[in-house]
Amino acid sequence: MTNHSIFDQIPDWILFTVTQKDETLVYVDKSNLKKVLLFFKDHMNCRIKTVIDICGADYPYRSDRFEIVYQLLSVEYNQRVSLKVCTNEVTPIESITDLFCSASWFEREVWDMYGIHFTNHPDMRRILTDYGFEGHPLRKDYPLTGYSEVRYDDTQKRVITEPLELNQEFRYFDFSSPWIEHKRNKK
Amino acid sequence: MAIEQKKVKNFTLNFGPQHPAAHGVLRLVLEMNGEIVDRADPHIGLLHRGTEKLIEYKTYLQALPYFDRLDYVSMMCQEQAYSLAVEKLIDHTDIPLRAQYIRVLFGEITRILNHLLALTCHAMDVGALTPFLWAFEEREKLMEFYERVSGARMHAAYVRPGGVSLDLPLGLSEDIFYFAQNFSSRIDEMEEMLTNNRIWKQRLVDVGIVTAEEALNWGFTGVMLRGSGVSWDLRKSQPYDGYEQFHFDIPVGTRGDCYDRYLIRVEEMRQSIAIIMQCLNAMPTGPIKVDDKKVTPPSRSHMKKSMESLIHHFQFYTEGFAVKSNETYTAVEAPKGEFGVYLVSNGTNRPYRCKIRAPGFAHLQGLNLMTKGHMLADVVTMIGTQDIVFGEVDR
Repeated sequence: MTNHSIFDQIPDWILFTVTQKDETLVYVDKSNLKKVLLFFKDHMNCRIKTVIDICGADYPYRSDRFEIVYQLLSVEYNQRVSLKVCTNEVTPIESITDLFCSASWFEREVWDMYGIHFTNHPDMRRILTDYGFEGHPLRKDYPLTGYSEVRYDDTQKRVITEPLELNQEFRYFDFSSPWIEHKRNKK
Repeated sequence: MAIEQKKVKNFTLNFGPQHPAAHGVLRLVLEMNGEIVDRADPHIGLLHRGTEKLIEYKTYLQALPYFDRLDYVSMMCQEQAYSLAVEKLIDHTDIPLRAQYIRVLFGEITRILNHLLALTCHAMDVGALTPFLWAFEEREKLMEFYERVSGARMHAAYVRPGGVSLDLPLGLSEDIFYFAQNFSSRIDEMEEMLTNNRIWKQRLVDVGIVTAEEALNWGFTGVMLRGSGVSWDLRKSQPYDGYEQFHFDIPVGTRGDCYDRYLIRVEEMRQSIAIIMQCLNAMPTGPIKVDDKKVTPPSRSHMKKSMESLIHHFQFYTEGFAVKSNETYTAVEAPKGEFGVYLVSNGTNRPYRCKIRAPGFAHLQGLNLMTKGHMLADVVTMIGTQDIVFGEVDR
């Protein structure tokens, strides 16, 4: 959003904003999330009527390890804003399903993939993983190969889930060159 | 004497995942009140392959082919979205003009490819088999263009960060031109079969009406949003890859029903033909990828002659390139709607996080809203009009 005066109207609810090129990122505390979204939705200079996407990200080295990024779109003003809140494994976030219907499945996906709980969500079930799946696969401490495998058992005549057995240990090639310093950014 | 009231319990119907009209592996749990749908609860994830997790373990170039396999009928549009996102992260938005034109050209070929499948599979679900056979003949021609430019009929991996992987082979532009010349009469034939067809209209008109407000609230994009009368197309409103240089119209619906969305898809194919023609007529000469050997591989002949190019080539395909710590959300107008990539880099040669925003995911979520109060047979119409492909919904 290019018009920053809007953010100046709610200084207490916004932690800080970052703008790079045409993208605006607004950091919000989780207690103010809903207020800010309601403001964005109904303020005549925002009129953000669509939540395009809700996405989690895991930074295990931070104290609040999860980031949730809301991609917002105002069709009327042709503008996009990203909204970020941070949380950890045990602190739930308020669901915004009553403001934006599209948030429902996106929040279910974040719950499924990261195990971040949303309060007041009408239907908090797993969405992408299998029925009875355990764990949250997109967390950084979850291995790529997972913990279990599924196969059809001919004697029992049904699909069974077994602990994973790899014929060869999972190999993670690190191609990064010893001559070029890859600067890992650890905030 | 009063007639004794019997309590009627709603019937729960399991639709799919093995059903020819379920477009893949959709499992719908329908709560039926007689033949009227009370609630539709889609169970997805049966095609979940963990693309996002896999991408975190690949270099930026190795992650690209996964995007072909998401929505496997609009491959290059997704490659384009990912490439644009990577280009934004590495500050290389200045890709050569010819590369942009080729991307637009194949983006529009992809749009036709997708709409042909979407429309005619929809027609088949509703009961008209013939257009499906016609469309697949045309799709075969388009996939031949894919093959000639990239070597693969479907999973092309052709659009790459920094441009496209190869230049157009000789004679391809001419053949695309002949195809585009003839294709509008192929659309006419299909329209003759469907547009004024009584059965087709009875099945589609006033079925699955979505208001503009609902469409926005439920995160609908693309045809699903335009069908409800919102003139919103990222190619016009937030142009990428030089779409602002092309003249085309955005068809918009008035009633928001399935029939409007059908008409929009037909008209979008015609507009795509117009863009393809403009592309071919104004195709500039020049390089097809940026001249930065950290981001694009050197040409084959350079690699054979110069030691430095050989090193670049080797490094590029093994180590890849490091991207400084940054993040972006980049979206393109894929045939199905807004396809977005949220990409986070952390200074290494692998993406830290890659979230894929698939249009079908949001559309399928709205299925409950659309089917409520409709007959069971209309559920099939609704799935068809949403143009669901499970590769992208489940990721």
